[in-house]
Parts: sequence; C-alpha cells; structure tokens
Amino acid sequence: MTAPSAAPALPVTGVPVLEARSLVKHFPVHRKGRRTQRGAMVHAVDDVSIAVPEASITAVVGESGCGKSTLTQMLARLIRPTSGELLLSGSPAARRSAREYAGQVQMVLQDPFASLNLVHTVRYHLARPLRIHGLGPDGNSLDDEITSLLERVALSPQNADKYPHELSGGQRQRVAIARALAVRPRVLLADEPVSMLDVSIRLGVLNLLADLRERERLAILYVTHDIASARYLGDTIAVMYAGQIIERGPAVTVTDQPSHPYTQLLLAAAPDPDRPSPAALRGRGAPPSLVSPPAGCRFHPRCPYAMAICAQQAPPSIKVASGHVSACWLHAKDAAPDTPQNPGPVSGPIPLTTTSQQDSRPPQGEST
Amino acid sequence: MTSLRVGTLDQPAEAGRSRPDEPLLEVTGLCVDYGIGPDAVHAVLDADLVLHRGEVLGLAGESGSGKSTFAYAATRLLRAPGVITGGSVRFHLGQGDDIDLLAADEAQLRRLRWAHIAVVMQSAMNALNPVMSIGDQLGDVLQAHRPDMDRAARRDRAVQLLDMVGITADRLRSYPHELSGGMRQRVMIAMALALEPQMVIMDEPTTALDVVTQREILEELTALRDRLGFAVLFITHDLSLLIEIADSIAIMYGGRIAERARATALFRAPRHPYTLGLLGSFPSLHGPRVHMTGIAGSPPDLRNPPTGCPFHPRCGYVMERCRTELPPLRPVARADAADPRVAACWLQDGSAPPPAELARPAPDPGPYPGPGVSGTPADTEGGAA
Repeated sequence: MTAPSAAPALPVTGVPVLEARSLVKHFPVHRKGRRTQRGAMVHAVDDVSIAVPEASITAVVGESGCGKSTLTQMLARLIRPTSGELLLSGSPAARRSAREYAGQVQMVLQDPFASLNLVHTVRYHLARPLRIHGLGPDGNSLDDEITSLLERVALSPQNADKYPHELSGGQRQRVAIARALAVRPRVLLADEPVSMLDVSIRLGVLNLLADLRERERLAILYVTHDIASARYLGDTIAVMYAGQIIERGPAVTVTDQPSHPYTQLLLAAAPDPDRPSPAALRGRGAPPSLVSPPAGCRFHPRCPYAMAICAQQAPPSIKVASGHVSACWLHAKDAAPDTPQNPGPVSGPIPLTTTSQQDSRPPQGEST
Repeated sequence: MTSLRVGTLDQPAEAGRSRPDEPLLEVTGLCVDYGIGPDAVHAVLDADLVLHRGEVLGLAGESGSGKSTFAYAATRLLRAPGVITGGSVRFHLGQGDDIDLLAADEAQLRRLRWAHIAVVMQSAMNALNPVMSIGDQLGDVLQAHRPDMDRAARRDRAVQLLDMVGITADRLRSYPHELSGGMRQRVMIAMALALEPQMVIMDEPTTALDVVTQREILEELTALRDRLGFAVLFITHDLSLLIEIADSIAIMYGGRIAERARATALFRAPRHPYTLGLLGSFPSLHGPRVHMTGIAGSPPDLRNPPTGCPFHPRCGYVMERCRTELPPLRPVARADAADPRVAACWLQDGSAPPPAELARPAPDPGPYPGPGVSGTPADTEGGAA
C-alpha cells in the first residue's frame, strides 16, 4: 500500500520498471577431461538487454537451452550476472538489499507441484511472505489479507486451509501466483507458468496474468517455448536463440511478419492446424554448443540465407519497423545484394512463405 | 477376403463405411480399473475404437483422461494395479487370421509384440538402456526375434534402420547419453520399426522435444508411414499438433471416448462441447487476437466421477438430462455417409437442433487422407520411376 512512487503518476512511458542492460552470464565448465580446455565457459546468456515496462507483458520465447531461464533468474537476482547492469525503476538494482528487491520483483515457477510445500496449507504459503516482508496485520487481519489474495487470483477463500495435494494443477499455480502477489510486487517473472498444466486450464492462468496486467499495472515477463501463447498474451515478444535476443517487437508483428530467419523457423515448426500447406522448415538442425559458440551470428551455421559477413561479425540489432528490431545482417542497409550464396531478400521483412527461388539448393532438374 | 469381419462385430457404425480398407485393431467396450473392489478407479469405461491399416489415429485428452491406459490395456501392456475388467480387443494379422488380445496367453503375446505391435515411449532416456550402445540395443531386438540372422546381417539391418531415421552409421557405437533428445527419440522410432510392425503406438513421442526437432521427427514419421504402411496410434495432449498429422482423431474425457471424427472435420466442425472447448484452448498463430477462455473447472476426479455425462460440470450447454443420464457414443444425427462420425453428447441425438457452434458444416472430406492400401509412391524427391 505504500509503494514508492518515484515514477510519475501518469502512464510511465520513459522508465521501465525493470531493465537489464547487456546482461552476460558465463558458467564455468568444471570437467576434468582432455577434450575440454581449462577455463572453458558455457555462454548461457550473452549481451542481453531487455526492458519490462509497467502494465505490460513481455514474452520471451525460445527453445530449451537458449538461456531464457538463466535470464529470468538473473532478473530475479537469484544468480549473479557475469557482467551487465540491472535497473529497477531506473536506479541500479545492486544498491538494494535482496529482500527489498524481492519486495518489488517476484517470480512464479514452472511446476506448481514442486514449488509449493506439500506439508503446509495454502494459508501458510500466503502468510509467510506477508510476515517476512512486514506486511502483516496492520488494520486488517491476516485472514482478510489472505482472502483478498485468493480472490485476486480467482480462487475461493475456502481454499485457504487446503493442502497442495487437494488442489488441481491450475489451482496450485494460482496459489503460487497469489504468493508472488502477496508482497505487492511491481514485476512478476513467470517462467513457463502453464507448461505443466492441462491444456484446457492453461488459458485460465494466462488470462489471469492478463488481468493482473490491467488491474494491478504489473510488469510481467512471460517466459515460454510456445510462440502461439506468447502471441496471445504478450504485448512485446523477444525471441532468444543461443543466449541472445535475436528479434524483438510487438507480439503480433513478430509472429505475422517475422524478420529473423530463426523466428521464421520457429513459426514454421509450431503446431498450426490453420496452416494451408505442410510446413517447410528452413534451417534444420540443432542449436550450437554454447561452450564454443559460432563466430559471427550464432544462427549462421543453420541459416538458409547465410552470407559471408554472417560468419565473421555478429549482427547488431537492426530496426526493421517502429519498435521492431532484428539481429540479422539481411536487414542492414548495406548488405551486399549480390553475394552469390544469397539470392534471398536483403532488406525489409523476409516473407514467411518463401518461394523456391530462394532455395540455396539447385533445382532438381539441374542436378541430373 | 478383406471385408471378412466388417459389420459382424458390435463396432461403431462408422468403421465399415468410412474406409474400404480393413480394420487392424478393433476395441469394443474396453473397461480398465486401477485397483479392485469398491475402491477401484475406473480409468477407461466402455471405450470403442477401430484402427485401420495404415491409418494415423490420434488419441487426445488431458492427463488422467485414460488415453495411455487405453492404449496399454488394448495391447496387454498394462501393469498391475491396472486390471482389464471387460471388453474385447481383436487384432487382425491379415488373411482372415485374427487374435483376441485379451484372451491371448504370454506365448502368443510374445510373438505379437514388437513384430506386429511396437511402442515408442515418451521418455527415450528411460526407455533406452543407458549402458548398452545403440547398435547393441538394435541388435538385441533382432537377435531375440529373428534368430536366423547372423551378426553381420543384424549389423546391416541396424545401419539400415538408423539410416531410415536420418542417423549415420557411426552412431552405432554411441551410448544414449551421447545423443541429443531428438536423436534418442529417432533411435526409439528406428527400434520400433525394426521388425516392420503393422501397428506402432506412440505415447507422447515428441512432447519433451523442442518444436523444430518435433517437426523434423514428425515429418520423418509421416514419410516412413507412407513408405512402410504401418498404422499409428498417436497419443498426445496437443490437439493442434494432432490435427496436422492424424487422419482421424478420438477425443477422450474422463475415461470415455467423447468424439471421433476425421481430423479436418473435427477441427472445422466439432460436435462435442469438450472438443469445442479444447479447440478453444489453443491460441492461433494468425488473425486478430481474440479473448479465449479455455474450459472452466478442472478435469474430473476419477475416484469420484460426476453422474451422467462426465463433462457436464464444465459444459456450457448442460441440460437437465446430462446430469443424470450418460450419453452413449453414437453416430451424430444428420451425419451423412460421406462424413460418418460419432459423439457422446445429448445435444447430438437429433431431438433438437444443436447450438450453432456444434453444428458447423463439416468440410468436404474428399478422399480419405490415409495412405491407400494400394500404396502411394511416397518418395517426394525421386518420384519419376
């Protein structure tokens, strides 16, 4: 109730609630072996900047191992970045104590079967953050506070005395969200909050997050591997590949006019009953080893449009439209249009339905 | 000779008409309990399903809907405390030879398993032996089931099988932990196909994989199916995926089959409110963003199932009758011969026109999308033979 109002009361457009600048996380490889050099590092997250503005949902999409969970844990200050800066309401987060930071930034974990303690009731889970953060009964009793928390996540107050095993998966995840809301945070980091839930109840939890964005002006980071749900829920989508954000823009723009070849690949591979013709995957294969990531663009070994420059120099974030950036040399103004291996488009969004003339393989007729 | 038994068994009326080709697995009235006595949980109740030769049949449902239990019971792979309490399962070997799977003894099942019915498990890491190389595990299958093959022939066949799923021969000496998740799942598929079975059960084969890998494996699987002509029972909770890859789809809810139809018909024109709700639970990748609600409530507690229709507590179209009377699975009223389909819902019994959402016109079914028995040249690249 006494949220520090450092930001102006009007809709905040300038300073995002939580901002990461050039976050890097390298994990040392502790392995005795001839093949691994001393000092080898897993480049889990490399130079990632992301802003989470108030009253909006930022979706981070990527496959397993792309660094999205590492990024979330750095944003929650659960792990310390190798380098980079974390800003909360514009001021460096490092100046705040861990508890003060946790009072502003809360996390919801993937598995509500593991994130709740089986031997404690719902009431215990919700009362604990209130006590720890000194938000206990002042004026209104603890019971009232717990009732209101449960109501905020659309659970009936009778659930307060139940144990986790008495609740369904969706109800458990709502309890986990209520626990995060107990300290009245301004930022909610949700790491795959629905992937363990049954399909028919996933939307209920996603809609709850959307409600919280509207009602409580929460800044929400929604981390997922499911690009369709990111499109549904997110205001902004950031696509991660091999520890880097490779495309970012308004959710519908990124999914309807993807500009990075990897985003196009992800969309082509996603299940889609509306797809008129069978999906054509362009850029098969697997993500690279993050111990020794490829030079230049990390997607270039798989990329159907790879040019000479892609193997040499990492692409900067290039603006392709208002608020839509893509880390791909194809969108650079001075991309060499006559590179022999690249008959593909050189600027502007690459159409998702690429025709066979852009195929790097020779047509079948010529091969025989 | 192919239509020997069509129509003689008490099967859904769709089976005989929808396809000229013969059924491979016919399940009638299957009931499975976990535990015995009054506390038994009824996991599968009175389930009828027919899998035809060469067909990809999707079995979709939420966790606890009984989809895996159904598949394992029908193939006698179910372990205690699972008990099959009723029904019949017939597997047609061809040439009029068929086996009652529920009455088969261990020796008969042993001859049938892997050679005719193979399974691809969800967790390849748990299904593969961590201390045996891939080549040894493939060789093991062949040694057990094809005793006449010598060592060199087994190795050749193992190389051939791995090649079929896009893995090079130098991986024969690899151990499971040296392979990526996608490669392990490919090895599982290669092992399942080692004895050229007529039917492959796939229990959430790609759920743990990333979307790109999932798509690659499904493409390979479709190509192999077209080439080898095996039938697939594909179990998954991801209905949006199933619509793309399956010929027909059965939806399970609370241990019962709620609806069965061709994949496109199910997607464009669902007839059961649960199917409609499930389709409304997958956000689209196209078009304007619309508010979706999923399905209110949670899946039924099978220890304490609702009376009447198992879906009625969550159903938006619930009628008085639904609370007390169980709707049978039967042909949808006004279904024409071109689009035979079954649903277990009182709205579809023909007494009153169903709500517009549940009466959309089905798309033109066209030719049945499964591979014809005549065999189509599946190879897309070298089609000029």
